[in-house]
Amino acid sequence: MSVGGHHPAPASPVEQRVAALEALLTERGLVPAGFIEEITRRYESEIGPMNGAKVVARAWVDPQYKQRLLADGTAAIAELGFGGPEGDHMVVVQNTPGIHNVIVCTLCSCYPWPVLGLPPAWYKDPPYRARMVREPRTLLAEMGCPLPDDVEIRVWDSSAEVRYLVLPERPPGTEGMTEAELADLVTRDSMIGAARL
Amino acid sequence: MDGIHDLGGMQGFGEVGYSPAEPVFRRRWEAVARALLVVVAGAVKASGGEFRHSIERMEPGHYLTSSYYEHWLTAAATLAVEHGLVTHSELEARAGGWFPLSGPVLAPPVVDVSPDVDRPRFDVGDRVRVREWHPPGHTRCPGYIRGKNGTVVRVDGIHSVPDIEAHGTARRREPTYSVRFDAADLWRDGQRGVRVHVDLWDSYLERS
Repeated sequence: MSVGGHHPAPASPVEQRVAALEALLTERGLVPAGFIEEITRRYESEIGPMNGAKVVARAWVDPQYKQRLLADGTAAIAELGFGGPEGDHMVVVQNTPGIHNVIVCTLCSCYPWPVLGLPPAWYKDPPYRARMVREPRTLLAEMGCPLPDDVEIRVWDSSAEVRYLVLPERPPGTEGMTEAELADLVTRDSMIGAARL
Repeated sequence: MDGIHDLGGMQGFGEVGYSPAEPVFRRRWEAVARALLVVVAGAVKASGGEFRHSIERMEPGHYLTSSYYEHWLTAAATLAVEHGLVTHSELEARAGGWFPLSGPVLAPPVVDVSPDVDRPRFDVGDRVRVREWHPPGHTRCPGYIRGKNGTVVRVDGIHSVPDIEAHGTARRREPTYSVRFDAADLWRDGQRGVRVHVDLWDSYLERS
């Protein structure tokens, strides 16, 4: 081995297991050519929180759209072109000065893919799933979202077919902004309810 | 089953490893594992219930010490072996070592079910109690609400019961409801001004 030669890191045990399953399934003709790359590309660049941000911004500027969104989330979200797996039954819950909504899935990691993409690691890990239904006030404060005692917290455990999207409050001082500028303000975590804007 | 996945309310996990921004996939193998589960679930026609149950059956220590995408990998490999696409020994030979799979299904297969329930038994505002049962198979009724009283706040559509679809080709569809619980009714140390909503199939509930 020469100094400066190419030494790729050895594959970790989990990488070896993934490679083993991929190879066996490919040999059996079960993995279509380009499938892995295509599904990866879609979730890395097309399906993500930028979609949900457009829904939120539209609701902020168009009161009639907001009404439709709260009445039938699936249909109103489809108006903007978003839908599909894990988004077939959408319910949008609205934050107000007195009510803060937050979503969780205690049993696995259900999440509204078409509008938020794939969930972040912390959403899927045990501490968030265990604690959000038991001590949400403490947990939200720890995550940088302290709420006054008189704000009601509504936790939504996504245990059946409905997937939730939080409609955050429009921040003050944004009256002159365009819909596109508003969408840029909307964060993923504000639509989970783990943050306020 | 009363498995390790049923985490609501468990204590001792510590802080959330919170990050406001992270890549969709941190390593390429995560994306591959995710895609392979889609491949396997499609090839064996696994229902959502069967897929979720294949993760829930992971050995608890493995479940808690592995990441989400390792769960998906384990589910994909388990379903592939159980449906005869590959064998466990082939997987271990290729991986060059240990390849943990999920444990066996504890519940008998469901072959005969009663007809669909088309009409909701409950309306918005009704008080309901969650049945206190402990099915050995898949269920979407979390442990922390069993035996607790709540109020129906939304009646949703008619959906396939996961407890049935996870264990065979039989299907029964029932209404689902969103049920609101006051934190004080769930936990001795329930926080003030907190309401927890859980979405539940009709057969999980009885009139309060």
